Amino acid sequence: MAKLTLDDLRKLRDEKQKAIEKRDPSNKDAQIIVGMGTCGIAAGAKETFNAIIDELDAKNISHVLVRQTGCMGLCHSEPTVEVIVPDMPTVIYGNVNAEVGKQIVNDHIVSKRLIDNHICDKPAMDIVR
Amino acid sequence: MSNLVQLEINGIPVSVPAGTTILNAAKAIHVKIPTLCYHPDLKAWAACGICVVRNAGSPKLLRACCTEVAPGMKITTHDADIVRVRRAVLELILANHPNDCLQCPRSGNCELQKLAADFGIRENPFPPDVQHIPVDNSTCSIVLNPEKCVKCGRCAIVCQEMQNVWALEFIGRGEKTRMAPAADVTLNESPCIKCGQCSAHCPVGAIYERDQTRQVWDALRDEDKYCVVQIAPAVRVAIGEAFGLPPGKLMTGETYAALRRLGFKAVFDTNYSADLTIMEEGSEFIKRFTTGGTLPLITSCCPAWTDWMEKYAQDFMDNFSTAKSPQQMLGVLAKTYYAEKMGIDPAKIFMVSVMPCTAKKYEISRSETMFASGYQDIDVVLTTRELARMLKSAGIDFPNLEPEEADSILGEYTGAGTIFGVTGGVMEAALRTAYCLITGEAQPPSIDFEAVRGMKGVKEATIDIKGTPVKIAVAHQMGNVEQVLEAIREDRKAGRKPRYDFIEVMACRGGCIGGGGQPTGATDEVRKARTAGLYTDDEKSVLRMSHLNPQIQTLYKEYIGEPLSEKAHHLLHNHYHPKKVYAK
Amino acid sequence: MSYKQYILVCGGTACDSIRGMELFNALKTAVKENGLINEVQVVRTGCLGFCEKGPIVKVLPQDTFYVEVKPEDAEEIIKEHIIKGREVSRLLYDKEQSKIHVAIEGIDFYQKQFRVVLRNCGAIDPNVIDEYIARDGYKALEKALFDMTPQDVIDEISKSGLRGRGGAGFPTGKKWSFAAAQPAGQKYMVCNADEGDPGAYMDRSTLEGDPHSVLEAMTIGGYAIGADKGFIYIRAEYPLAIKRLENALKQAREYGLLGNDILGSGFSFDIEIRLGAGAFVCGEETALLASIEGNRGMPRPRPPFPAVKGLWGRPTVINNVETLANIPVILLKGADWFNKIGTATSKGTKVFALTGKINNSGLIEVPMGTTLREIIFDIGGGIRGGKAFKAAQTGGPSGGIIPPQFLDTPIDYENLAKIGSIMGSGGLIVMDEDDCIPNIAKFYLDFTVDESCGKCAPCRIGGRKLLNYLDKICDGKGTHEDIENMREISEAMSRASLCGLGQTASNPVQSSLRYFMDEYKEHIDDKRCRAGKCKNLLRYTIDKTKCVGCTACARVCPANAIAGERKQPHAINNETCIKCGQCYEICKFHAITRE
Repeated sequence: MAKLTLDDLRKLRDEKQKAIEKRDPSNKDAQIIVGMGTCGIAAGAKETFNAIIDELDAKNISHVLVRQTGCMGLCHSEPTVEVIVPDMPTVIYGNVNAEVGKQIVNDHIVSKRLIDNHICDKPAMDIVR
Repeated sequence: MSNLVQLEINGIPVSVPAGTTILNAAKAIHVKIPTLCYHPDLKAWAACGICVVRNAGSPKLLRACCTEVAPGMKITTHDADIVRVRRAVLELILANHPNDCLQCPRSGNCELQKLAADFGIRENPFPPDVQHIPVDNSTCSIVLNPEKCVKCGRCAIVCQEMQNVWALEFIGRGEKTRMAPAADVTLNESPCIKCGQCSAHCPVGAIYERDQTRQVWDALRDEDKYCVVQIAPAVRVAIGEAFGLPPGKLMTGETYAALRRLGFKAVFDTNYSADLTIMEEGSEFIKRFTTGGTLPLITSCCPAWTDWMEKYAQDFMDNFSTAKSPQQMLGVLAKTYYAEKMGIDPAKIFMVSVMPCTAKKYEISRSETMFASGYQDIDVVLTTRELARMLKSAGIDFPNLEPEEADSILGEYTGAGTIFGVTGGVMEAALRTAYCLITGEAQPPSIDFEAVRGMKGVKEATIDIKGTPVKIAVAHQMGNVEQVLEAIREDRKAGRKPRYDFIEVMACRGGCIGGGGQPTGATDEVRKARTAGLYTDDEKSVLRMSHLNPQIQTLYKEYIGEPLSEKAHHLLHNHYHPKKVYAK
Repeated sequence: MSYKQYILVCGGTACDSIRGMELFNALKTAVKENGLINEVQVVRTGCLGFCEKGPIVKVLPQDTFYVEVKPEDAEEIIKEHIIKGREVSRLLYDKEQSKIHVAIEGIDFYQKQFRVVLRNCGAIDPNVIDEYIARDGYKALEKALFDMTPQDVIDEISKSGLRGRGGAGFPTGKKWSFAAAQPAGQKYMVCNADEGDPGAYMDRSTLEGDPHSVLEAMTIGGYAIGADKGFIYIRAEYPLAIKRLENALKQAREYGLLGNDILGSGFSFDIEIRLGAGAFVCGEETALLASIEGNRGMPRPRPPFPAVKGLWGRPTVINNVETLANIPVILLKGADWFNKIGTATSKGTKVFALTGKINNSGLIEVPMGTTLREIIFDIGGGIRGGKAFKAAQTGGPSGGIIPPQFLDTPIDYENLAKIGSIMGSGGLIVMDEDDCIPNIAKFYLDFTVDESCGKCAPCRIGGRKLLNYLDKICDGKGTHEDIENMREISEAMSRASLCGLGQTASNPVQSSLRYFMDEYKEHIDDKRCRAGKCKNLLRYTIDKTKCVGCTACARVCPANAIAGERKQPHAINNETCIKCGQCYEICKFHAITRE
């Protein structure tokens, strides 16, 4: 990665923003985002993360991008996982252990069904729109 | 040119230079704001919380010791509210302080005791809680009693900033804070050079000199012992302070008289051996200077300085004058020359030395050369403070004694000897004699060498000895010394001739008159007064150059032979040894 | 095949308790009966966070928010909204009726939070700089370096009204202008990431989730004041945040966003991380600077202030992590956008770590002016287990204990100070009827006595004396004279301590004496702890009518304090009882009471 000039930075930003709008980051059209703040990790987010990846592999699903993020603020319900699938509402799940992680893959991703008892509300308005 | 700041203190307009603290500004209207941790020698530590005052418009209280005046300030230095807060803080400090004033080394002379008395403390509402930590009396000079410590920080700041020794530091945190050497070793295992400046600055009885008055009383009582005593130059201008006399008042004759009253069989004067030191060291300098010997020559009569050098600056060991300190020279002579001349068995001689210095207690046994007489040349060192206590317990009305003379054999001195007690004095004495010995003239063009005098940390000068420049430096207060050594190191690295030929170092600010064993409460004002006293002693003297001292001339003729002779080397010179900074 | 619509029914404890499950089933039935089972999924969620107006129903993707829905409304929702496409307006959340503290368009009021500082936390991968850049990262830096002068930047920050978020609330623009006004030369930006308040983790989450926001802000600050070097002083107890920061620094340097000649602007700036070593006092700015210099972490008197004479005697600006995280947003959205949020004296938002006896504990960010009630009951979902709210503690060990009568106080710096507390760094601990107030004060004093640096007498000695008195009181040995002495010491500590630690350490004591004197009186006069927390004040009694004499308690008592014959009612000797509670635990007949 070379040092950016002002133009380089602006071009890079444009590219990345367009990519996000297209919801098509490198050929994947769905995203599972696992919260990996210290609170999440302490509650088992690493196991959840691995379980999700393993389940996706086991079911041979390749169109889902799994990402990490920081604390979403729902510390009372860690581990938290955000799931973005085209044609479905974006949802944040709470109390996602490895089992529920697998359920996300099978129910939400594959069967397009939301999972009962785990949905939390996105806590606040996104000011960067 | 500093600007003047206009402000109001207690409703009175005050105008002081910018940078003045509220504490000092208040003096202009005769208000002495109470303080505890503050000391004029040091940058304000701002810890204790006693000196709080209020500025109109803010409920917060400011610390007067560190807050500089600002234009338009409306300061209240005391009202019922402020005094109440101060009192509460004082009560908190007293609650954690032992209640044994009557047995304390600072009873009657303690800053905390004075505050408690001034505030009229009778009952303390807060429960007592004294730290129980053992006393550190590992060195022969200083005692550290952490139970009495009020955490004012002065000792650590003095040891680090003023003295550059770094033997004391804050250990632990919060209520467990205490003063000790780093890594919690004992003082004797630490870099401590025993200069005693910590004890000279401590407001209470937490660090103080080792008291050996009992030993001396026992010797004086012992009929088998022949007790003799010497007093240092700096003692005579300070001992009066313990009796209410102003600093700098010369009490030489009175001190001789008092010592005889105590029971000493002979009273000597270290100024005599100061003259002797000049003979030896002056010759040493001339020899090195004229025959390409190791330069610069560095004075070595200060044992705190030699200890610091042996620990921190071993690369200068060869530069040190091998001449002993005046104290040690007189000690060895008392048990050899004097004993022989007077027909006294040296085994029975008990030599006491009264010094302004705590490090001298360490010097008397620092190496085998301090036993050159065949016995320990000096048996006990008493600080000025200890002598004052002995005189008081004897009931001697010191200020009103008739002055007497010292025992002449080891008691007469020239003006050059007496100025050993001030920074620059050793250098000046040496220059006076060196000039005469080199040029053969009767005296230098000016007998006063103003360039080496004064409180500046490092004084430099080039002295012209009939066309030959002699470059000298004088440093006092250990914190000022390293820069001089660094300069020489730079010269060495660059392959240059060292920029100084002759360096004088005294570990204490102002020289020995500011020594760690002097009456407490020294500030620059006091130091200057004591200094003036010694220069007066010099000016009043008939003889003002060491080589003119008739007793010294007799000593050489009868006993030593020549300066730097073999006998001189045996009795009057010594060696240095590298030491670890931390003994462990 | 995905569904066309989703009906989310809140399954949180609060909604459940008002027929939430019934509602859920009613909706499912209605969907089934209307033949929509393959088009509409009815899902039960966790707590959606708006407990006061439950039960909550959300319809997606329209994002419709229904409140106070009854099971009887299920049919109407399906028929009108799902089938016909008409929202049921009487059930819609009425924004106008809610307490409005923010007059800014675009905020959905049902979502009381407004994430400015936490804008990227949870939205980006903190390990990937490109994601930060995509969400307008480093755009503010561009603007500052190329479209603004250093003075412009300072003016904008001043206009925004941003105040220090570390607790003191000093106007940030003013601090920057003091440093900028110093003659040119070496200057420093320092980020205070020491975050020592127990229970506070706002800064940690920001650094873990969005480290670049702090780096960008420091660079902007450096530009504004004329500094080319920055330090982040972060406590060593945050290893993940340190790792994320180190990674972020590396990436920023690779892109040339830190280092020489940033983006070709001619401005150079770089940042070094320094670790703390376990001292709360090193969060105090002068002690922090001493620590960076390699000295003991002991505060120094101010003036001179760090902006004039700071690190190594040079002008230094020290800002808290949260303060810095606001900077890029202010430059991008403008000071006028920012200063519309909040109250007259306190602009912007505040991040709180909402913890304690609360249902929805977590990190929240609300506009200044939000009330305690909204935070605790709306966002926080109320007290766990339905217990009674007793007090809220803000500001950590420097803060005060706030009683229920102040629940409707809009939170800002001045209002909190007026009721005897402080904003502090954002810790907000909720207490219920089972918490003992003198015990809480003791907890905080325990902390500050341990963390006191020991330099000044009022804090070093006063703190311990306060703690000893609180110990006495919680032990049942307190007197009213002790209370008087505590007031005296608190006064001395707050007026004569050298730094904020000592000056505020007595706040828990002072505020609890002010508002909860009754509890102190109970401990002293009645030797009773109503919360049941102070062990030595508990009295264990055997109810003779319930005791069957099974001797289980007597056998387990370690102090031999229980006497009684087999099959006869037993009795506890309260003199010898050590209040361990073993008998209480073991009694199968609920014959032992504890109060």
